[in-house]
Amino acid sequence: MSLRSPLGRAKGLGSAHEGTGHWWIQRLTSIALVPLTLWFVASVVAMAGADYFAIQEWLSSPVVAGILILFLVAGFYHGALGMQVVIEDYVHHEGAKIAGLMIVNGLSLVLGLAGVLAILSVLFKA
Amino acid sequence: MVEFNLPKNSRVTGGKTHAAPAGAKNLRNFKVYRWNPDDGQNPSVDTYQVDLDTCGPMVLDALTKIKNEVDPTLTFRRSCREGVCGSCALNIDGTNTLACTKFISEVSGDVKVYPLPHMPVVKDLVPDLTQAYAQYTSIEPWLKATTPAPERERLQTPEERAKLDGLWECILCFSCTTSCPSYWWNSDRYLGPAVLLQAYRWIADSRDEATGERLDDLEDPFRLYRCHTIMNCTKTCPKSLNPAKAIGEIKKLMVARTV
Repeated sequence: MSLRSPLGRAKGLGSAHEGTGHWWIQRLTSIALVPLTLWFVASVVAMAGADYFAIQEWLSSPVVAGILILFLVAGFYHGALGMQVVIEDYVHHEGAKIAGLMIVNGLSLVLGLAGVLAILSVLFKA
Repeated sequence: MVEFNLPKNSRVTGGKTHAAPAGAKNLRNFKVYRWNPDDGQNPSVDTYQVDLDTCGPMVLDALTKIKNEVDPTLTFRRSCREGVCGSCALNIDGTNTLACTKFISEVSGDVKVYPLPHMPVVKDLVPDLTQAYAQYTSIEPWLKATTPAPERERLQTPEERAKLDGLWECILCFSCTTSCPSYWWNSDRYLGPAVLLQAYRWIADSRDEATGERLDDLEDPFRLYRCHTIMNCTKTCPKSLNPAKAIGEIKKLMVARTV
């Protein structure tokens, strides 16, 4: 129950003056992921059945390792942005929302970092 | 969490059936949502048999006939009966549209008539649009200019005027807004397609000088960016307008002023 006017409620806390960056980066990463995903899938398919040393040989090129890192970063960034939208849409309990966003962002950061470090460790071992 | 089920007091129970007078041949069942705030009962769906031989062609004609001849307690909004006022927006046959421009013959089988989805109901088919109207007021839908008014009207080229086509025709029936899942889940903060189309109507107006302030006020993760281009708005619009495109244009302008 509130006696606040409908207009006062509609205006609420005002505009956050942000959201454009989130929206724009989500589009950019999705565009980047089209060629990156095609390249990654094609590469993996082409090396089906290859042994560890063949993969190591492939990853020893800085160009390949660089593109693979881009794929991981774009993928996890895009995934985190998308999950943020889903959580904001559906989770209305303020505490659960903040916790959910922290988990999604933390998990994306840890998994993305682990992937990047794995690629680098193979690259520098070769 | 988002409510996926209706609250207990909103669950629809069975309703009464009003048979058509004897001798009527061309019968059609109208299943109409009923809820009375005064009797403490849950909503119900009443069935009215309507003789189409003595009824006008539109769904609104049938509702008017029911109210006049069968059940004067049936409550709904209507005014112009020609798709201009936006009063009789209802959920008919599962889609939001205007009862006055929806042919009964377009519906196969029983004609299901419900109020606009996910809005508080005042009575029967009348939704409470207070929040939607307040959101419309919040975008300040009038021409704002600091340049003093000229002797005569503020001029536009025909090309500048053409940019308002597809925007000025909106009659604010809120069929689009109430069809939007994003609005269902976040109507307290998301403005919804009708209000965003109206906001763009003023952003796109070459005579308006408050474009930047208007964009400032819309730039918000909830006010604007809850739109995920679901397109229900465009699909349902009884005036065949494209709110999703108008929202897309706003998003483009947001990017245009940063890159």
